[in-house]
Amino acid sequence: MPILGSLALLFGRLSLLAVGGVNSTVPQIARDVVTNRHWLTPAQFVQLYAISNAAPGPNVMISTVIGAHMAGIAGGVVATLAMVLPAGILVMIVSKIWDRYREARWRRIVQVALLPITAGLILAAAGVLVRQSDTGALTAAITLICAALSWRSRLHPLWLLGGGALLGLILA
Amino acid sequence: MSRRTLFLGFFQAGIIGFGGVLPVARRLIVDDRKWMTQAQFNDLFSLCQFLPGANIVNFAFAFGARNRGASGAAAAVLGLLGAPVCIVMLLGAAYGRYGGLPLARHALVGLAAAASGLVLGTALKIATPIFSRRVNIALAALVFALVMLLHLSLLLTMLAVLPVSLFLAWREG
Repeated sequence: MPILGSLALLFGRLSLLAVGGVNSTVPQIARDVVTNRHWLTPAQFVQLYAISNAAPGPNVMISTVIGAHMAGIAGGVVATLAMVLPAGILVMIVSKIWDRYREARWRRIVQVALLPITAGLILAAAGVLVRQSDTGALTAAITLICAALSWRSRLHPLWLLGGGALLGLILA
Repeated sequence: MSRRTLFLGFFQAGIIGFGGVLPVARRLIVDDRKWMTQAQFNDLFSLCQFLPGANIVNFAFAFGARNRGASGAAAAVLGLLGAPVCIVMLLGAAYGRYGGLPLARHALVGLAAAASGLVLGTALKIATPIFSRRVNIALAALVFALVMLLHLSLLLTMLAVLPVSLFLAWREG
């Protein structure tokens, strides 16, 4: 299949599975582009993920940066649209009837049921990224410090990303 | 509200939203432009969190559509994503060209380790409040094990765990 079609299919399939946000799909994206298709090495995947984090904009930028890496500007645009359109169309449809169900019991049940799944998926995303990025004691230390600071402090993420890059530059 | 206004408003939120667009968008929409009250914002945002996808992108779709139909949604989403998409593609191109240089390689190794830490921190932030309910620990651990150890796909993981989670939530509340 041409690369643009593959990108559209890959990210389009994940759009409606991104419970609690795009980070939930990171393990699946990694499996698709690293393990199954060999588009990227593990190191490239986690570095592109980091770059998408260091840029402004929402988490969907992971699809943009992978699409662009594979197929230039067209690839970036197609991957981004595939990631946002299915979910976006769903939200436009549901927002019209949302008022009727806002207080409904089933809605609360679904919300409660999704929370632990989201938590598990984002923990898995962290697991996948840690496995790919932490190849030694230095990288493991950077990860742990950043995790603790982003968990417990209100420090802006850009400081942590910049600090990590700087430590890598000086010590690696 | 015109499509132009929608585009420009969300453009501003997208371009200054480093490391999370939500606080910026909230301030812009509720405090500065007074497009919605805080309660209206919370209500629409809770829907966007409830449904799959990036919350803030969903919000642009829903808010644009409410004001101007499908073309309003397009204006809001293009505004939100236009600049970040261009910036991230430029960064990606620089990575492709210079990422292999020794200096860049060292910085990227540190950057990637930091980004992994951020996701781990986010996971802990989400997990800590809900882990007071013990069944949530079991469900999250199950999801983690299915994905990480059994290498189950996201779709199959959802199909396996969501019914159980729904049943438990239904029985409780």
